Amino acid sequence: MSTTDRLIPDRLRSPMEQRLKSWETLLLLVAIGIFVANSFASPYFLNAWNLSDATFNFTEKAMIAFAMALLIISGEIDLSVASIIALASTAMGAAVQIGVGTPGLVLIGLSVGLLCGAFNGVLVTRMGLPSIVVTIGTMSLFRGISYIVLGDQAFRGYPESFSWFGQGYVWWVISFEFVLFAIIAVIYGVLLHKTNFGRSVYAIGNNATGAMFSGIRVQRVKFILFLLTGLMSGVAAICLTARLGSTRPSIATGWELEVVTMVVLGGVSILGGSGTIVGVVIAAFVMGLVTFGLGLLNVPGIVMSIVIGALLIGVIALPRLWSMWRAR
Amino acid sequence: MLQHTDTALPSQGMTLDQAVLALHGITKTFPGVKALSEVSLSLYPGQVTALIGENGAGKSTVVKILTGIYQPNGGDILVDGHPTPFPTPQAAADNGVTAIHQETVLFDELSVGENIFLGHAPRGAFGLIDRKKTTQMARTLLDSIGANLDPDLKLKDLGIANKHLVAIARALSIEARVVIMDEPTAALSHKEIEELYELVESLKAQGKAILFISHKFDEIFRIADNFTVFRDGQLIGDGAISDVTEAELVKMMVGRDVSQIFPKRTPNVGAPVLSVSGYAHPTEFEDINFTLRKGEILGFYGLVGAGRSEFMQSLFGITRPSAGSVEIDGTAVDIKSPADAVDNGIVYVPEDRGKQGAILDLPIFQNVTLPSLGRISNKGFLKLAEEFKLAREYTERLDLRAASLDTHVGNLSGGNQQKVVIAKWLATQPKVIILDEPTKGVDIGSKAAVHEFMAELAAQGLAVIMVSSEIPEVLGMSDRVIVMREGRIVAELADADLQPETLVRHAAGI
Repeated sequence: MSTTDRLIPDRLRSPMEQRLKSWETLLLLVAIGIFVANSFASPYFLNAWNLSDATFNFTEKAMIAFAMALLIISGEIDLSVASIIALASTAMGAAVQIGVGTPGLVLIGLSVGLLCGAFNGVLVTRMGLPSIVVTIGTMSLFRGISYIVLGDQAFRGYPESFSWFGQGYVWWVISFEFVLFAIIAVIYGVLLHKTNFGRSVYAIGNNATGAMFSGIRVQRVKFILFLLTGLMSGVAAICLTARLGSTRPSIATGWELEVVTMVVLGGVSILGGSGTIVGVVIAAFVMGLVTFGLGLLNVPGIVMSIVIGALLIGVIALPRLWSMWRAR
Repeated sequence: MLQHTDTALPSQGMTLDQAVLALHGITKTFPGVKALSEVSLSLYPGQVTALIGENGAGKSTVVKILTGIYQPNGGDILVDGHPTPFPTPQAAADNGVTAIHQETVLFDELSVGENIFLGHAPRGAFGLIDRKKTTQMARTLLDSIGANLDPDLKLKDLGIANKHLVAIARALSIEARVVIMDEPTAALSHKEIEELYELVESLKAQGKAILFISHKFDEIFRIADNFTVFRDGQLIGDGAISDVTEAELVKMMVGRDVSQIFPKRTPNVGAPVLSVSGYAHPTEFEDINFTLRKGEILGFYGLVGAGRSEFMQSLFGITRPSAGSVEIDGTAVDIKSPADAVDNGIVYVPEDRGKQGAILDLPIFQNVTLPSLGRISNKGFLKLAEEFKLAREYTERLDLRAASLDTHVGNLSGGNQQKVVIAKWLATQPKVIILDEPTKGVDIGSKAAVHEFMAELAAQGLAVIMVSSEIPEVLGMSDRVIVMREGRIVAELADADLQPETLVRHAAGI
């Protein structure tokens, strides 16, 4: 602690060292463990086409999870995402009935997503309502509209070209959805980690008052995040509807919690302020692999949700248990 | 028994074994930092011991060890001469140690009485909290410290000074033998400080041992019996306060002679930069008119609650005014948010560093560049090398002390946190910088550095507004002083009118 001229180093630990000791590394080990366990448990697991099929378990949810990750890091949440899928899908289904073609359908899907996101965003950022309350409200509201329109009916008759968004393959076993998932992952990774906008998101999540006092336009950033979550729900609605080929009002029921689970499993603090896109990508694979592996072993869906729940609690409790054990 | 050589005996013939509470050879390390190195400290019944040291000297660490929050890596805590570990805050409380912290955690939605007895409220039938008794006991306790407060009021309805009294009452609600006061007068006005001194006297008379942490030498000499000086986690000296002079204490504290004289400056006042007219808010302030010039330091003096901070925050775009206009360089501007203020060259260093000034959980470099992201990026994409360069440039100008630029701001001492906040704003190359109580909770060494720096900024042509409640600082630094009372400007003083009595007279309205 001399008083003479000193140079403060940029960092004490290199970014690589920080990365190695991170949550993401732990999660990656879990993912590899599950992969290995699965390949021993079922002879059908190590098959390119089966693995390709497995990606559909998470690609659509993960697209939303990336936007949700930013929203949660900023200290907000959107629980209406699955209902936005329902509303966007219903709007597309209705449009099909009056003969709208594939480009029109995509436009409608994206627009409904954006509009729903804007609605949430206005309520939270303009009126200052808590996002968890607002989006629990719009969760019922958006899906409620789908139920009024459809009742116990379904919209069908999507054009052949539209189904490519959910069933098409770009090359060999690589599906369009998987490619889209990868592109969106990169976009959000860059947005969060390499841009001014991403830095503002972290600042807001750590201390919204401090961020405002530092000249960050907090409400504007949050509004954009709601727009993005809505937009991604619209994208997921297009893929899912194209994959299923029909729209029922119960489409994507319960996905909001699976998306949030994926985000939290990926190491994003539910209290805001920290987390990475890489973590969410790995978490998406973990959830996909677990679901797929259990599916191959003919484990029923109810048991799967138990396993996912246990996995979430286990992976989150693990580092804590480890440090408690070491402190003894 | 004493390990160090330059120790005088405690006053009034007390010896170490009469200490109610003592630390002996305490060491505490954190990853990469030795916060305390074999320090000792003794507290005697009926005496006030002042703990003195710069920010980062280890005072807060000592408080946390004495209250069972931190565990030392070596050394003993002695209660009545017997080694007694404090593994938990509860253990410290059971041994009669209580603390009034700089920022005590109180609960806005609970009543005064509930806050005081939270965790050990009197129980009635079925083990439920006895409300009546809580109120009654709270009233007795509040009366004993001379606080005339209704125990049933919700805490959020109290002002900051009264909240402080609740915090004191809470600390005294356990059977305390040792009372630790961590900068208790930092947020108080003159009258309240006097009342606090009376309280300290009455605690002394009750035979309680008091550890008093303060940056203010006048109060140390007024109320302390003994002193202990820390520097860089080491015990530098201790003894009876009557045996030392202020200059000696300062020298022990900083390890060198520090002139407490304010930097000499020849103000080079230029063209008007900021002019405010008819500025008003429905409840906080009204009819504010003044002009600020280039290179000028304009002091804003007033009592706590005079509306100075509220006005500054409005100028910075936090709250909207109900009337009035603001001109920068002769052009009318409409500031709707802090972002607008920054764009127009007005920046604000708030009083509340932890909540408003800095983002404690982010690293230093990210705090510094936060308002300047546009300058270190290309089309919205961050350039990390430029970011570090900018952060380094401004933190070095302020002589920041930190392990690395990647250190979280929350891990820095108060003075260094303040340097980060100031560096953050200078990096935006502002025209007007508003400093709200810039040296509050800042140690004497950093204080002088902040003053030097303000003078330097003014010399470079920046227009500086300094809100301060410390008269020496206001008089020592300002070219001109505006006094506010009850939300209005009551006086604008310069040159010969800048006298302590004049300031106080205008501020108090007498």
